[in-house]
Amino acid sequence: MASLDDLKKRISSVKSTQKITKAMKMVAAAKLRRAQESAEKGRPYSDKMNNIILNLSGGISDIENAPKLLSGTGEDKIHLCVVMTSDRGLCGGFNTNIIKKAKLYFQKILDEGKTLKIITVGTKGYDQLKRVYGDNIIERISFKESKNVNYFDADKVGKTVIEKFENKEFDVCVIFYNQFKNVITQIPQEQQIIPLKTTDEEINSSDDNYEFEPEEDEILSNLLPKNISTQIFKAMLENSASEQGSRMSAMDNATRNAGEMVDKLTIEYNRSRQAAITKELIEIISGAESL
Amino acid sequence: MSEEYSLEIVNPEKSFLLKDDVTEVVVPAYEGEIGILKDHISIISFLKPGIIKVFSKSGEDSYYVNDGIIEFKNNNLSILTSLILNLKDIDKGKISEIQKSAEEELGNSEISDQEKYLLDQKIEVLKSIN
Repeated sequence: MASLDDLKKRISSVKSTQKITKAMKMVAAAKLRRAQESAEKGRPYSDKMNNIILNLSGGISDIENAPKLLSGTGEDKIHLCVVMTSDRGLCGGFNTNIIKKAKLYFQKILDEGKTLKIITVGTKGYDQLKRVYGDNIIERISFKESKNVNYFDADKVGKTVIEKFENKEFDVCVIFYNQFKNVITQIPQEQQIIPLKTTDEEINSSDDNYEFEPEEDEILSNLLPKNISTQIFKAMLENSASEQGSRMSAMDNATRNAGEMVDKLTIEYNRSRQAAITKELIEIISGAESL
Repeated sequence: MSEEYSLEIVNPEKSFLLKDDVTEVVVPAYEGEIGILKDHISIISFLKPGIIKVFSKSGEDSYYVNDGIIEFKNNNLSILTSLILNLKDIDKGKISEIQKSAEEELGNSEISDQEKYLLDQKIEVLKSIN
């Protein structure tokens, strides 16, 4: 059994860890509120953008000549995966969940004999992927310096992706991020952004007659790259809200666990103190008896 | 009959402006300025760097935009833009900063004619503000 001094030291060390996790939880809670707000505020833009694109693509009759970003290259050989993770750790399963989802997809791609290319956004994703998929990672981007998620960062990622697409470096682009549902639940998402996946609902909008200036195709080819950046921005916002939420619940758990540990250690400490006292008493009494 | 319609300006960070008593909006569309009055035909267009003028019952406002897309439909005008600044409380330093980076980009010989045109526009507009 550990000595009294050791126990005392351990208790105080657990207590100070608990203080740290508590503080981190509070910080995450404050940041979460802000991140959630900006995620909500960012929604109108991406929704509107989506609407316009749907209206536009509904009006395009000539699929053959549609912009490549919309219709794809016609091939399905090289997949580019943009894995978006956080730059900081201590946020529970946040990064691991994204990576897990991404790895499943990677395996599927590789099993089908296709080429896999990876861009990691955020340092934690790179750390987790470099061992197995190090050769597949073609670029790593990190926004450690940016305090808040902003559009220009997203635009940078978007431009990188588009440049690679125009250089014909890949056929399909998928992004991985965590969608924020609530503080406890974040759902890892895979979303295909190139070629754009259109759902069935948009077809009905084509009966609106729009006037286009300049021509439809030109607008579309200008709009699609913007849409990529917007989608990435949306993913980044969702991600940052998820990260804070995940960190908050992880730190809450850690604080609670530390509390339990302190209780356990305190009981052990008291027991061994009591044992020492009893031992001393027995010694004194048996000493007195032997006289 | 009222001559008003509603206008929404959004940038990626938030909904920038929401007004429902707009009488006319003049936007710097790619092929020239467009003035939009009530009951305009549905239109989609994109913007070059320039000034958006908003006329409403409560007065006239001007905004600088870097780029954007407009959609007008059922008397709802939506403007999506990545950067928008109100000319009333504009920061001269910020303007010069944007202008400087645009000029630097213009110095880069690898840009396409279209980009060059947009950058020229941008610098011209920024100069006129400053």
